[in-house]
Amino acid sequence: MTTPLIDATGVTIRLDGHTILRDMFVSIAPGEIVTIVGPNGSGKSTFLKALIGAVPLAEGRVSRMPGLRIGYVPQRLAIDASLPMTVRRFLSLPSRVGQAESAAALDKAGVPDLAGRQMADLSGGQFQRVLLARALLERPHVLLLDEATQGLDQPGSAAFYERIEEVRSELGCAVVMVSHDLHVVMAASDRVLCVNGHICCQGTPEIVASAPEYRALFGSGTRGTLALYRHQHSHSHDHDHDHDHDGHNHDHGHGHDHHHHDHSRENAS
Amino acid sequence: MLDDFLVRAALAGVGVAIAAAPLGCFVVWRRMAYFGEATAHAAILGVALALAFSLPVLPMVLVAALVMASAVSGLTGRGYGMDTALGVLAHTALAAGLVAVTLLADVRLDLMSFLFGDILAISRGDLGVIWGGAAVVLALTLWRWSPLLTATLNPDLARASGIDPRREQFGLTLALALVVAVAIKVVGILLITALLVIPAAAARPLVRTPEAMALVAAGIGAISALGGLWAAYHFDTPTGPSIVCVTAVIFAATTLTGALRRRR
Repeated sequence: MTTPLIDATGVTIRLDGHTILRDMFVSIAPGEIVTIVGPNGSGKSTFLKALIGAVPLAEGRVSRMPGLRIGYVPQRLAIDASLPMTVRRFLSLPSRVGQAESAAALDKAGVPDLAGRQMADLSGGQFQRVLLARALLERPHVLLLDEATQGLDQPGSAAFYERIEEVRSELGCAVVMVSHDLHVVMAASDRVLCVNGHICCQGTPEIVASAPEYRALFGSGTRGTLALYRHQHSHSHDHDHDHDHDGHNHDHGHGHDHHHHDHSRENAS
Repeated sequence: MLDDFLVRAALAGVGVAIAAAPLGCFVVWRRMAYFGEATAHAAILGVALALAFSLPVLPMVLVAALVMASAVSGLTGRGYGMDTALGVLAHTALAAGLVAVTLLADVRLDLMSFLFGDILAISRGDLGVIWGGAAVVLALTLWRWSPLLTATLNPDLARASGIDPRREQFGLTLALALVVAVAIKVVGILLITALLVIPAAAARPLVRTPEAMALVAAGIGAISALGGLWAAYHFDTPTGPSIVCVTAVIFAATTLTGALRRRR
């Protein structure tokens, strides 16, 4: 068992006297892709911020591996119009990177020609990819994406997540994503956490998609689509398999737990 | 050379302008113009207290400015918006300061010199304090530049890179208080914010990176200080307001230039 990159135990978060999240237990292993889904206001973005250490905890603790490098892609980044910022300069925050290095990161994120542009002039998709490039320059152990495809159309977000999978297999970093693009995201994940103020259910995408808690939140119509995406993506998953033993063992453990616990009948489906 | 009061005035003005400009950029980027104003207004209370208890002026101004800063952050998020909290505290501090100064009837105090500066009366000692303070502010700004810039873009982004945004914010507040303290003699309490905000705003249309904005703003600040002194000497106008007027003219010019360039 490798040491987890981030380990959250019994995390409860209160904001202005309201309990946003309670009793969250999550452990992020190297190389795995974990998706946090949940309805609006379910506390999923807050939880991601808690993993970074940007939100005070009412109870529990979040331990991060010593020397952990985090690549964070925020939900929104409003750059004030008064702040001039080229893409090239943005990539050098907070620590300077060389010309070649930043060009390589832009290339990896799929936007090779933007270095000289002003951040304010980018389209939504370009902006998200530049944010991704900056996160990659931190040479992260774990990449945290908060609704990274907000404002992208369906093909745009599908392409973005494909890029994430490629990045994961190149860098071997873990990925934690928050999203409500259920189908696309879940298909690309090793493990899904369904959150609504607490962890409703978790496990492999198939298990979560068929869990009654998940269906209660999102309806049952999603399963067919999930299967479709799953199918399209299947070859890339095979790829990841040998490269990523730990993450997968981890997943299975979770899946089993869930089955024994409350719905063994879902096994049939 | 330092015997000439005009030379001392010019050196003081340029020193403060160069230190204020990069800091002013952060004030503009973080939309803290009113916060700077409140810090400056608190300074008059500091001056009054210093005179009342025969304490040195500079440290008292610093303390008053810092107390103001923490009062503002304490009051914000308790049902009041930032602008309301600042509106209440800034003007309370200014009013209380003016009342306190008047109550000290035995102290002969030229109130106008604190409100609008008295750059022509700057002594060699004053000049030392101003340049010392300006150097500290400039060093602090340059030292914290990158983390502060990251935190300005997005606090969570900073946090993910191991930067504590609150610590950077405190450093910025400290630098602001110090700039206010050393700039009182140059432009006065009522016009300090102008020295922070206008050069930065004037630089904005000309630049493409944050660093360029800070440099150009420093240049504009220095030119304004010299131009304002020259104007005050020739037209026999008050120096502090003259300096700010020159900055405003430069702002108008760069904004027009920027608008014309975009049109093409």
